[in-house]
Amino acid sequence: MNTLMLFYEMSISPFAEFAFMRRALVGAMALSLGAGPIGVFLMLRRMSLVGDAMAHAILPGAALGYLIAGLSLGFMTAGGLVAGFVVALLAGLVTRLTVLKEDAALASFYLISLAGGVVLVSLRGSNVDLLHVLFGSVLALDDPTLLLLASSATVSLVTLAILFRPLVLECVDPLFLRTVSQSSGVTHLGFLALVVLNLVAGFHALGTLLSVGLMMLPAFAARFWTSTLEGMLAMATLIGFISSYLGIIASYHAGTPTGPTIILCAGVIYLISILIGGRNGLLLRFIPRKHLAA
Amino acid sequence: MDIKSSGIIISIILMLIGPVKADEKIQVVASFSILTDLIQEIGGDRVSVDTLVGPEQDAHVFNPAPKDAVRIAQSKLVFLNGLGFEGWMERLVKSAASKTKLIIVTSGIKPHSRKYKNGYEDLDPHAWQDVRNIRIYAANITEALIAIDPAGKITYENNFYRYDANLTSLDAFIRSSIIAIPSERRKIVTTHDAFGYFEQAYGVSMIAPQGVSTESEASAKDVATIIRQVKSEHIPAIFIENISDPRLAEQIAKESGAKIGGKLYSDALSNENGPAGTYITMMETNIRELTKAMMP
Repeated sequence: MNTLMLFYEMSISPFAEFAFMRRALVGAMALSLGAGPIGVFLMLRRMSLVGDAMAHAILPGAALGYLIAGLSLGFMTAGGLVAGFVVALLAGLVTRLTVLKEDAALASFYLISLAGGVVLVSLRGSNVDLLHVLFGSVLALDDPTLLLLASSATVSLVTLAILFRPLVLECVDPLFLRTVSQSSGVTHLGFLALVVLNLVAGFHALGTLLSVGLMMLPAFAARFWTSTLEGMLAMATLIGFISSYLGIIASYHAGTPTGPTIILCAGVIYLISILIGGRNGLLLRFIPRKHLAA
Repeated sequence: MDIKSSGIIISIILMLIGPVKADEKIQVVASFSILTDLIQEIGGDRVSVDTLVGPEQDAHVFNPAPKDAVRIAQSKLVFLNGLGFEGWMERLVKSAASKTKLIIVTSGIKPHSRKYKNGYEDLDPHAWQDVRNIRIYAANITEALIAIDPAGKITYENNFYRYDANLTSLDAFIRSSIIAIPSERRKIVTTHDAFGYFEQAYGVSMIAPQGVSTESEASAKDVATIIRQVKSEHIPAIFIENISDPRLAEQIAKESGAKIGGKLYSDALSNENGPAGTYITMMETNIRELTKAMMP
């Protein structure tokens, strides 16, 4: 009985006691719902670093919104969205029209973007303000922010559902898709738009640097537990949920900053998955298996 | 030359030096901005004050530079708070090695001591937070100025009586503001440790938040601790400078039911155009912020 009480104390009662803990959990889980599946697609299309680059690219947009209106949800979101789309478009243009390839084009614009964003924030705010823009504040999710996170998750899931088939085809055989359908361009752009949307939404909770973490690390971890696409989508979301919960409760007990702790938990889960994951886990190689097993 | 012409020459020379001497202000140095304000109130045009730790600066991290030693050497008086506030001052004055007189403005005040968590105890220097002490500061300053410049005695005394009357009404204003607040609400949470004298003089409890780190990012644990403490002790207001994210401050306010207070000025005046450019306006600003936060 005592261990049960202790368990409750450690893991449930902080959420029962404090509203800000509940809001942090709900916000992070909403973020995982949208970001998890997107992370899986990014991973499968070998665009994992694109997510990171885009996260840095949205910084000056959010910084401009911050410069105009302080820590305002509307302005920073709008600014981030615009910056993200502009960078995606410019990168696409440079790839198409010049000798540079996609990776260089995107890298160039995100670097310019990031530096511009840092300068913009320092124009108005102090260093501490910059830290908040970079790291977000998952403990301070007010109602409008939670609504934004929830809406972004809904929009992401619905769009993914609509674009599911062309998206899968684009992952595995983009040339074929281009020959049989007009939707290749739309799919690519729509998918990038979703990436930007989730990064901008996550930006408010976790900040620029870490919202990518919740997008990618659960997807990477999911790879080691299942080989089917649907399985990966579900696992990524589930691992996102678990990381959010563990991260928040750990930061509560250890007194560490909450955002980075969530990402660290995701990282730990990822490392464990590499080792003991049900499919493709490293340690599995040491277990003798039936010859010719499918 | 004959006596008449040398007499004329000497008179001309005296005429030239004379007016210059009469225009000269008394050069003094004050250790920080609050003292500067007091000296200017009392000394008026007869005194020119140099400040070592200016408005909006932090006396605790002040690093004296050689030019400060020069300024001290060129001044007649140096005004210090004492009670350990200017730990560096003695070294500075000794290095200036001048004929400058050192005036400790807190002489005659009953000091409080402050205890630290590890049991260590020392004197609390922030005596200016009690307006009655400032009247003693002003009296000491007046005495020192009269001693160094007897010709200005009438001016200094008139200024002192005028300022002392202002201080008395300030003290009354603070007390009446606090009486208007219900007694169970006269407490706040603050990370400032500079309000001990204010607390004792005016009956407002200044509670330190338990275990909040002063780093730039408050953790979930910190936030939970503050909320729990505020709820259990029914504290109406929080003045914590390191919760700088306004969204987080709002969240804490909503959940604990406390109001988040504005900026309190403890160790230095603000700039001239700011809300705390003089000692009196500083105390008025502080009591306004406190009242706003503590009133239901």
